[in-house]
Amino acid sequence: MSTLTPETAIQAESTGGEPTRRRVGRSPRLRASIAASYLLLIIMALVYIYPFLISVAGSFKTDADATANPLSLIPETWTYAAYDRLFTDVPLPRWAMNSTIITLIVTCGRVFFCSLAGYALSRLHFRGRNVIFAIVIAVMAVPGVVLLIPRFLILKELGLYDSYAGMIIPLIVDAAGIFIMKQFFESIPLSVEEAARIDGAGVFRTFWTIVLPMARPAVVTLVILSFQGSWNEFSHFIVSRSDPDLNTLTTGVASLVSGQLGSGNQFPLVLASAMLMTIPVAVVFFIFQKRLMNTTEGAEKG
Amino acid sequence: MSKGMRAGEARYGWLFVSPAIIIIGVFLVAPIFLALYVSVSDWNGLGSPVGNSSFVGGENYQKVLIDEGLSRSDFGTAIRNNIYFVIFVVPTQTALALFLAVQVNRKVLRGRGFFRTAFYFPSVTSSIAITTIFLFLFTASGVVNSILRFFGINGPNWFKDPSGVIHNLLGAVGVTSAPAFLDVEGPLGISWWQWVSGPSTAMCAIIVLVVFTTSGTFMLLFLAALQNIGAEIDEAALMDGSGPFRKFFSVTLPMLKPTLFTVLTLGLIGTWQLFDQVYLTGGGGAPGKTLLTPAYLAFQSSFTDLNWGQGAAISFILFAIIVSLTLLQRVILRDRDTGKRAERNARKAEADLRTSAERDRARSDSLGTDTSIDQQKAGTR
Repeated sequence: MSTLTPETAIQAESTGGEPTRRRVGRSPRLRASIAASYLLLIIMALVYIYPFLISVAGSFKTDADATANPLSLIPETWTYAAYDRLFTDVPLPRWAMNSTIITLIVTCGRVFFCSLAGYALSRLHFRGRNVIFAIVIAVMAVPGVVLLIPRFLILKELGLYDSYAGMIIPLIVDAAGIFIMKQFFESIPLSVEEAARIDGAGVFRTFWTIVLPMARPAVVTLVILSFQGSWNEFSHFIVSRSDPDLNTLTTGVASLVSGQLGSGNQFPLVLASAMLMTIPVAVVFFIFQKRLMNTTEGAEKG
Repeated sequence: MSKGMRAGEARYGWLFVSPAIIIIGVFLVAPIFLALYVSVSDWNGLGSPVGNSSFVGGENYQKVLIDEGLSRSDFGTAIRNNIYFVIFVVPTQTALALFLAVQVNRKVLRGRGFFRTAFYFPSVTSSIAITTIFLFLFTASGVVNSILRFFGINGPNWFKDPSGVIHNLLGAVGVTSAPAFLDVEGPLGISWWQWVSGPSTAMCAIIVLVVFTTSGTFMLLFLAALQNIGAEIDEAALMDGSGPFRKFFSVTLPMLKPTLFTVLTLGLIGTWQLFDQVYLTGGGGAPGKTLLTPAYLAFQSSFTDLNWGQGAAISFILFAIIVSLTLLQRVILRDRDTGKRAERNARKAEADLRTSAERDRARSDSLGTDTSIDQQKAGTR
């Protein structure tokens, strides 16, 4: 507090007369308000994190313990019974495999098809381009929940109900993804690809080896959004299959929860399954945290 | 470019967009038309709708909207539930998201990254996992009620409690049954007394859940906008002597207007699509149908009751509700925004801020680079 930095000088100056007294008088109050807002933020952060901590703790408790001491973060007796059951009684590995297959294919497919379409819409001149872009925008406006029954109808009609194809193909192109890629391609300078084209590279080669690598930030964004979106997808898998063998983690855990709600509680079991299904998104989240935090997409949750 | 190259380009253009267009056409556009047909047919779910059903005109829509009966009163209940859900969630999530964004945007804050992560994390986890956690938190002797008991409050049995919040408040002042003027039938076959029930206690738990999961996403939208405003205007306002509250409401908030509209619109669209959480918390039947939403009702009518026409009809009514509310909101907000006077005022305010920001920056530059002048100045004052 002894040195007079430019900032404090300005502050003192702009608040009017008697700079020194003013500064000394303000300092404890300022400190108190900072402390108060830290306290508030820490409480808020606890409110946001505690449910996850409790759930992790709960998954290691016995049924009785979870019911009697829901708040405690340390189980009375540690037990892995819930996890044991998930891998023996419950076909969790099967659900996890289905989720993994679907997520991988949907993510790769979305990146490929959305960037192809986005590139064409931003760079290639062809008749009907504007109409197609208008369709993409219009499609983005259709709420997902409205599509549940229509999607079921078309899958039945095409004989794709209860098949991986029916679960994957409708998700593999995403209008928002096309939009993101198109916007990004437009920000890349034309000169680079013009040089490649003049050197005789074909349209696809220019796209694949020159432009796409330059669009890495957008591709990463799309990968994260697609991964998260398809891993967490629920309603589409409710209407595109009924075969238990095709359960994903979301529909599987849902069947576990709604099946068990009536008969006694087995919270450690369902909490364990909820925590396990959260791990992959959590890992991706922490790896790509920086980029994810810069994204303005992903506001689809109800 | 030569003509030949252009021609090649057109071919590639179509080739590149065709996978996307085919999938959008087959799995998005075609299904909508098929469902439109189903909504005016009596298809019972057997075989293909085309050829196994007959055209019934607006009958399905009529059953849901006009004819007396369970279909209409269920739809009315679902609309009521969802209206309360929207009324409670949209303002809360917007205010909370804005509050969090302002808090984690401060430069003096240590551990900003940690706080941002903490607030955003619930948004990336699946709705199924979060709902499962909340079912555990909100049991009769669960976490929330344990905390409430600590403060001497006897918590309700959240997800099993169908009593409406406004009904409960009225009950507290002695109004336990419908007064005569409310005991008449209102729209969609629901009595006015039922319309004013408020969200049920069970719905309140879902309201908390949804605010918990969406506030992080919207916080990021606000955060991006706050970072665009930049520090200079902020500082200028501070130097002009406005306190933090005044600064927030008369400088920051007006500049956040576009983002605020985006968040409100996205919130409105999102909240009318409540489905996953309802599915998981007992399918909208229990307790007392107070968790039923139009989205879930459409699903239930089709997949459980095999009333495909009505299910599809409800889907399209919901679509119409979402589209018209979005347009309505646009019109209202645009009108207020583009009034000539408002525009002039905004421009003037911004110009004022900019000049004062520049003045202050110039001053701070000179002060920062030359401390002797700084001291000299301080001395002469």
